[in-house]
Amino acid sequence: MQTLVIEPGVAERHYWRDLWRYRELFFVLAWRDVAVRYKQTVIGVAWALIQPLLTMVVFTIIFGRVAKMPSEGTAPYALLVYAGLLPWYLFSGALTGAAGSLVGNASLISKVYFPRLIVPSAAVVVAFVDFLISFVILAVLMVIYSYPPSWQILTLPFFVLMAFLASIGPGLWITALNVKYRDFRYVIPFIVQFGLYVSPVGFSSGVVPEQWRLLYSINPVVGVIDGFRWAILGGESRLYLPGFFLSWVVIVFFLWLGVRQFRKMEKNFADLI
Amino acid sequence: MSEIAIQAEGVGKCYLVGHQDAERERYTALRDVMARGARNLARTTRDMLRGRPVVQGDSVEEFWALRDISFEIRQGDRVGIIGRNGAGKSTLLKVLSRITEPTRGQIKIRGRVASLLEVGTGFHPELSGRENVFLNGAILGMTRREIQRKFDEIVEFAEVEKFLDTPVKRYSSGMYVRLAFSVAAHLEPEILIVDEVLAVGDAQFQKKCLGKMEDVGKDGRTVIFVSHNMAAIRQLCSTAILLRGGQLLSQCDSESAVARYMEQGVERAGHKLWAQGLGTELKLLSVTLVDSSGEVKSNFTSHGDIHIVMRYRVESAVEGAQVAFVLSTVDGVAVLTSQDGDAPGASARKEPGEYSARATLPRDFLNEGDYFLSFACHVPMVRILYHEDNVLCFSVKNIDGVGGFVDDKRRGVTRPRLDWRTAVEPVRDCAVLNELAL
Repeated sequence: MQTLVIEPGVAERHYWRDLWRYRELFFVLAWRDVAVRYKQTVIGVAWALIQPLLTMVVFTIIFGRVAKMPSEGTAPYALLVYAGLLPWYLFSGALTGAAGSLVGNASLISKVYFPRLIVPSAAVVVAFVDFLISFVILAVLMVIYSYPPSWQILTLPFFVLMAFLASIGPGLWITALNVKYRDFRYVIPFIVQFGLYVSPVGFSSGVVPEQWRLLYSINPVVGVIDGFRWAILGGESRLYLPGFFLSWVVIVFFLWLGVRQFRKMEKNFADLI
Repeated sequence: MSEIAIQAEGVGKCYLVGHQDAERERYTALRDVMARGARNLARTTRDMLRGRPVVQGDSVEEFWALRDISFEIRQGDRVGIIGRNGAGKSTLLKVLSRITEPTRGQIKIRGRVASLLEVGTGFHPELSGRENVFLNGAILGMTRREIQRKFDEIVEFAEVEKFLDTPVKRYSSGMYVRLAFSVAAHLEPEILIVDEVLAVGDAQFQKKCLGKMEDVGKDGRTVIFVSHNMAAIRQLCSTAILLRGGQLLSQCDSESAVARYMEQGVERAGHKLWAQGLGTELKLLSVTLVDSSGEVKSNFTSHGDIHIVMRYRVESAVEGAQVAFVLSTVDGVAVLTSQDGDAPGASARKEPGEYSARATLPRDFLNEGDYFLSFACHVPMVRILYHEDNVLCFSVKNIDGVGGFVDDKRRGVTRPRLDWRTAVEPVRDCAVLNELAL
């Protein structure tokens, strides 16, 4: 029989071991979030299809037809937009889910012990499920435009991971602060709305003038979207490497900041929430 | 001697309490913090300019919810934790179940802990009963395989077989609670921590829960149980920890711990006086316990009368008011309720003036033990003029009552001398007896 010692600061030391021990709870919470999402909805899963599809249509018309922005190489503009929307919805969905997760699970946190990191991580999974569903549209679009994917599509999981890491850093940071200062819940819709236009979702990041490109890549989503386009559109899209690495640096920084802030506040969640 | 399951040494938990309106809010908003910061800054600058001493606003005070708590719990013990509201019971449970960290001290726990601070933690209303069993089980620390193995047992105990695939939001509250408790009851931890969950469900189900918890204890598992229900504590627990103001008052057998708990804040002198009077239109001034010789006391013998004297003042005439008291046992079980209107020919209208009312508990009525008196005045079905629970405590010893000098412990709340008549039956032959039996 194992002995457990509770004293100030002990949770700190066994942190990652505990996290592994509670992995089953992670799966159950993720499954719950996914199951609940589609309960009591009439068209259920179709919601994950409608939103990106309509946004794609609107963006293609506005940026492609009205503003006459250039596509990347010979790729159809609709495909370019969709290849940007996929990572954007993955990012924003994961960020929103993670940021609201702690307060949304207040009753759980004040009544049961488990590593709190599980809650925002499980919330992120919902965004991934949505992503998989909306990925179907991409396949359909590729068939319609008879645009076969190249070998680069195999690198897509890597960029999916990148999108997750990009979202979970700020997500952890905001969800932790949200426990103490509820103002932060207003920050998220703002970031999501703002980010959609600041990030190269409706247009190619190639339209950004060369001298600003590095600065532009401070937005980590730029790197993610560029990566997605490179993987999906194949050789037509070129990866701007300095910017891509800068995005990684920013992502890692936010991840470090988020985890640190989260762990610093974690002990007091039950008292504050 | 069994092994030690939980050992706590000098455990303390400190909360910082700010004296500001913000404490009343459920959460702090950055907006408020900034507004208050600006306000404080403005005030301190103003004070400084006027040459007055600068008082830091937003004073932060340390509040020790638990102070230097040390105890040992052996494996297989069933321990009750009792104390008034704010004594630190919930904080102790939270520390034990790792929801919050102690500020000081150390606790060593041997074995898997499952804490049940609420029935149905994490139940999701949209999910079906079946799904919630898995969800709740995982939250309480069961593995998927464990839940699958016990699934049928859980459902059977909860009596919800028919509604397994219905979302729990459509469950009656009884079904909901039954299912939730059932999941928790089938946890097989070495240490089970339970908080007041038995306050829910109908009497029959509560009995079932208590029985289940007793079984858990009998399996050699450790149970820690917090409740305000003293009868449940006495029935379920072998020992108890009594907390007051965050400190451990005593750890002893549950019987004496419950007795000490009940005596907290209760007058044992046999007399209680309210300087301002209790109530408004009709004020209770004092209550006194006296024996037949008129002596004020709190220790009575069962062969003497106990007089309860209530002095009250009527400020303005009240129609239909009844001056009443409730006699209850240590477990909080009411023995009787009596009021002045019970007297034949009593007038229901109270005219202004001072009165003294005397009720007598007759000899050969109460069994040995401690009793509590609560006082109230009410206009039946209309309103309550004053009410205070457990004001006086007195004990009854059997010295020369029923059963005589022999020190025989008898069960029951009362110990009346009943009218026994025994006569010799005339002898009948067997045939007649058989005939009667048929």
